[in-house]
Amino acid sequence: MFESNTHSPEVTFHHAPTDNDTQIKKIVKTTIILSVITLIELGLGLLMYFMHQSGEPNPFLVLFIKGVIVILSLAKAFFIVGVFMHLGDEVKNLTMTIIVPLMLFIWFIAAFLIDGNSWLNYRNTRGGSIKYIEKSAEHIEAKKPGIE
Amino acid sequence: MATAAHAETKWWGGGRSPFNVEYGKLMMWYFLMSDTFTFGAFLISYGTIRFSQNFWPDPNHVFNSLPFLGHANLPLAFVSLMTFILIISSVTMVLAVHAGHHMDKKGVIKWMAWTIVGGFAFLGCQAWEWTHLITGEHAAIVDGQVKLIGTTLSQNPWGPIVPGVLHDGMQVGKTGPVAFGGYFFGITGFHGFHVFSGVVINIIMLIMAMNNKFEERGHYNMIEKAGLYWHFVDLVWVFVFLCFYLI
Repeated sequence: MFESNTHSPEVTFHHAPTDNDTQIKKIVKTTIILSVITLIELGLGLLMYFMHQSGEPNPFLVLFIKGVIVILSLAKAFFIVGVFMHLGDEVKNLTMTIIVPLMLFIWFIAAFLIDGNSWLNYRNTRGGSIKYIEKSAEHIEAKKPGIE
Repeated sequence: MATAAHAETKWWGGGRSPFNVEYGKLMMWYFLMSDTFTFGAFLISYGTIRFSQNFWPDPNHVFNSLPFLGHANLPLAFVSLMTFILIISSVTMVLAVHAGHHMDKKGVIKWMAWTIVGGFAFLGCQAWEWTHLITGEHAAIVDGQVKLIGTTLSQNPWGPIVPGVLHDGMQVGKTGPVAFGGYFFGITGFHGFHVFSGVVINIIMLIMAMNNKFEERGHYNMIEKAGLYWHFVDLVWVFVFLCFYLI
């Protein structure tokens, strides 16, 4: 047991390594990773901006770039929580009580975005009474104010 | 070393915390988890409304200004600055926590002070952006006439472009979905409120550190808990930045 440096009866051992340089190196490395990911995200954001400037881009390509940006943001979240907040260094039981409830987000996001999409469908078909009209500028003109 | 102890310790045998953390820190984690759901619900609600709309304003058109640069078109520039301010203040916070582990009072004070500066810088940026959005007037067609309106909770000039209508040589559109302003101000406002309370907590921690409160206790655990909250604020910004400015 590592009681020598315990200042709370709840803490059995301390995980922070006492080696100063290793810790600082890890912090610097994570800072660089976060900055680089942010720069890549900005680059992709600007890429989408210029794609829109020069005509109508392929919607699947735009969706793909947006997906990449989402994954990069999740990577940033992983580094912030794992390194800066030291969740990776905690006892596994604790980590799991935080991570497992977050699985609810899988349902949460999927269900509500599907709901939003269904709403869009009803909007464009006047509650399902007419055939689906493609999402376009002309369609917005044609829409009746009553279903806005 | 830690892993070895980890494997040998009978965590559930009684007499010790199975989570190996103090009560306050554990509760901070659970608070942050519940706060994640609060922010998550807000952002998902925004996503639902956005998915239900045929048109949504392009953030690159709405957020393209920098202070003192007038009408220069600089998409993403200002919000990148805000993002980097928050990342850097998160790093200074880690360094404060790290200094606390080593009982380095001077280091804690120095890094806490920088973290507070970063927090105020971020809040200043947000104040500018809100002011710019609310008072910065943009041409839009309201009731068949071109009017100059700002972005507020009840109006949104960033609608789909109507071909052929020009104002000062610029293309003009209809008004956009009203929900845009509501979600933007609501969610960035709620995040800004977290930043503000984080700054207040950090100031209290700085004063306590300066008054030797933690030296007397023999540990800097409070800095660690404040740090968790501050990193969470940075973490939420990652997703606010993603949802409102990038995609």
